[in-house]
Amino acid sequence: MSTETAPPVVNAAKASMQGAMKENLREYGLVLALVIIMVFFQVMTNGILFLPVNLTNVVLQNSYIIVMALGMLLVIVAGHIDLSVGAVAGFIGAVAALLMVDYGVNPLLAGLLCIALGAAIGGVQGYFIAYMKIPSFIVTLAGMLVFKGLLLNVLSGRSVGPFPPVFQLLSAGFIPDFLGPVTLVAPTLNAAGGPTPGTGIVLHSTTMLIGILIVAAMLYFALKSRRNREEHGYAAEPFSFFVVKNLVLSGIILFLMYKFASFKGLPNVLVVMGILIALFVFVTKRMTFGRRIYAMGGNEKAAKLSGIQTERLTFYIFVIMGMLAALAGLIYSARLNMATPKAGAGLELDVIAAVFVGGASALGGVGQVAGAVIGAFIMGVMNNGMGVMGINIDWQQVIKGLVLLGAVAFDLYNKKKA
Amino acid sequence: MTNSTILEMRGITKTFPGVKALEQVNLQVKRGDIHAICGENGAGKSTLMKVLSGVYPFGSYEGEVEYEGKECRFNGIHDSEKLGIVIIHQELALVPLLSIAENIFLGNEQASRGIINWDKVQRRAGELLKKVGLKEAPDTLITNIGTGKQQLVEIAKALAKDVKLLILDEPTASLSEKDSHALLDLLLEFKTQGITSIMISHKLNEIKRIADQITVIRDGKSIETMDKADITEDRIVTSMVGRALENRYPSRTPKIGETIFEVKNWSVYHPLNLERQVIKNVNLSVRKGEVVGIAGLMGAGRTELAMSVFGRTYGAKISGEVFLHGKPADTSNVGKAVAAGLAYATEDRKVYGLNLIDHIKHNVTIANLPGISSKSGVIDDNSEVKAANEYRKKTNIRSSSIYQITGNLSGGNQQKVVLSKWLFANPDVLILDEPTRGIDVGAKYEIYTIINKLAEEGKGILVISSEMPELLGICDRIYVLNEGRIVGELSGEEASQEKIMRAIVRGEEKVAS
Repeated sequence: MSTETAPPVVNAAKASMQGAMKENLREYGLVLALVIIMVFFQVMTNGILFLPVNLTNVVLQNSYIIVMALGMLLVIVAGHIDLSVGAVAGFIGAVAALLMVDYGVNPLLAGLLCIALGAAIGGVQGYFIAYMKIPSFIVTLAGMLVFKGLLLNVLSGRSVGPFPPVFQLLSAGFIPDFLGPVTLVAPTLNAAGGPTPGTGIVLHSTTMLIGILIVAAMLYFALKSRRNREEHGYAAEPFSFFVVKNLVLSGIILFLMYKFASFKGLPNVLVVMGILIALFVFVTKRMTFGRRIYAMGGNEKAAKLSGIQTERLTFYIFVIMGMLAALAGLIYSARLNMATPKAGAGLELDVIAAVFVGGASALGGVGQVAGAVIGAFIMGVMNNGMGVMGINIDWQQVIKGLVLLGAVAFDLYNKKKA
Repeated sequence: MTNSTILEMRGITKTFPGVKALEQVNLQVKRGDIHAICGENGAGKSTLMKVLSGVYPFGSYEGEVEYEGKECRFNGIHDSEKLGIVIIHQELALVPLLSIAENIFLGNEQASRGIINWDKVQRRAGELLKKVGLKEAPDTLITNIGTGKQQLVEIAKALAKDVKLLILDEPTASLSEKDSHALLDLLLEFKTQGITSIMISHKLNEIKRIADQITVIRDGKSIETMDKADITEDRIVTSMVGRALENRYPSRTPKIGETIFEVKNWSVYHPLNLERQVIKNVNLSVRKGEVVGIAGLMGAGRTELAMSVFGRTYGAKISGEVFLHGKPADTSNVGKAVAAGLAYATEDRKVYGLNLIDHIKHNVTIANLPGISSKSGVIDDNSEVKAANEYRKKTNIRSSSIYQITGNLSGGNQQKVVLSKWLFANPDVLILDEPTRGIDVGAKYEIYTIINKLAEEGKGILVISSEMPELLGICDRIYVLNEGRIVGELSGEEASQEKIMRAIVRGEEKVAS
């Protein structure tokens, strides 16, 4: 109805500004929530949260959750669930330990074998789900039991470690500083003439350079896509809004990179994560493979009648999930520096929680990679912050449970209102 | 308000964010009448009924509802049902894996202190089924009876609640002519028992047959209320669309070329019951630029035929051959069928046609993603936006933009999105299954226009429809299907409703003998 009457120009501009605010608030609401939670814990922990060493820790603690959350997002958008990922990750960690520690296999080769094994595990589960039409909940529940058992079996009750130093670098290493450190503030010298730890600021300049390059690339692509849209005559958000949004995002990225740079630089695992996140954003937003997953999750029957091979698609999704669970298992065991019989227990729930906090729908068809990643960080920062504050583990669980429930309830409430 | 008025709705205004669905609507229904409400899709009929039944609680709309002389402020369906107002929605609310009896008393269980009295359930269900003329045993599962009978179960369910005012939202939309007839007779019988009915319908001949009064709603406003004596189809149509619609079927001069689509010796068995043959040795052909109809009663196997041909999406033990452009075509899965140049627009757009939680753009391109992406599978956003806008314009989808969620569109516009999806896949032959089911006259006309345009472009079109006038209005040739067999083939000129029915009846005799 409103399309027939042409509103005055001033009103239109105002409306679109409001529209952009509204739309972006929903889109960036999660980022905002993460920022608020971080600031909250920054205050409550007397500034410990944002210490470079702690921030690096947050990333290391959550890396394997985020890696699995990427695959879980595909699984959940497709309308399925995977309860086996924690057990699979633990099992793969044990296999990696046996290969490297007991049999002395080259770490790179062992890693590749493990990821191939993860793909095979995902493939078997995917086969039962996609082609035999057994609900994913049941198949992966069975998978969880099976791989928990196999984990115990291959380790026969012992813990296997330590791993070769090269392998440990996956979780404990940082990227080399090709450019050499830059001293911003000289550390104060102690009595022996050496630098006092914790004083002065020495920047890992390669990390800083990467941060600047990322921001530059982000701005370049944002501008390009904006110009592209304008050229084709499609509505773009108001320019002022565009500027503010990108400045804030750039600011956050640079701030975090600066924090990393003033510790030991970018952790290796963050680089792996970054590449995977970028890849998954691209696949879900720009590739036909991703589009088909959303179509299938939204209405499987319609997708099928539109020529999408839903069985094959489901199968591949679980293969990908298996590979990511394997990678997470490697990261996890490298971080602990040993494989233990309890490795991976309960991780699947953290992963699923991250995806739902990130706005995915349990009914399928809805969810974003960025949301899942931010969801994982929200849970991770809370874990870390509450740990630093000394809150007991029992209350930590209660609070995390309530946050999960609250986040999904808030999301639904917002959707109903809109 | 006089005693003869059972219901009066005054000045009902209902706004959704950004849309005024109803504006100052008035409705007055006389006791014991059958009152029809018509209007184009999206005119606000269903919204009005949801206000009446309490789906939209008091306070979420403006205006007054007066029932049996008292002002009503319903907070939910429970409140209105307590007073004997029962609504039967277009999408039936039955639980498929429960029995007829259990469904009849769903939410109204025959129990004391939570313990169900099964004897009473059986007895009362039997009585109610008799009233609606259903011979099935009360413990038959819903999934085992057809749509027509399910509709009757819904009515029995309403009777179980001591209905005084029965609201039916397009009750015959998915029924065959025979079942529709029976249903309308039932409404007339209820009338003699003093039950008032409100019926939303698009089918003008039905309205003419049973309605005492008609209220027409257009663009969220009540336009006029007519008495039985004043009702003519022309007047209703004029009132509904706001202009005189001279011809309900756009004219076309057929330019028919060579045969492009053939199905030979096609046989299909039921997927669950391998003994039962659903399609029996069917042969048919479609020529270039030709619109061919498939007529037949509900359950004749029309959809089964179409879906088994289109990527074997229905049936088991399928045998026969498909030819496109005179060459044998592999249609063994949907991808191959589409690649061969075939498209099938489903009869059930909500279940099989659309991703209702996604917007128009993604729905339009989903059947032809390669058409907007590079070889490696990267989607080009600009060409996708271009394609979606092009087809939105071509099929005249009324929406704020291509980013509107399809679940929020009216039935007619949803149907246009389904059509757009298949047009974008650029097929040579389109099978349209009930392309105008549940949509209003205006949108129907638009769909017919699109069909004509496609025929003019040289595509072959196969239309499946339960509405015979529609087939007669748009087809160059009509096949009659009965019990999975082709029992007649009529040219557009010689075809008539009578001849089609005769072919069906004769076919039934043949089957019986």
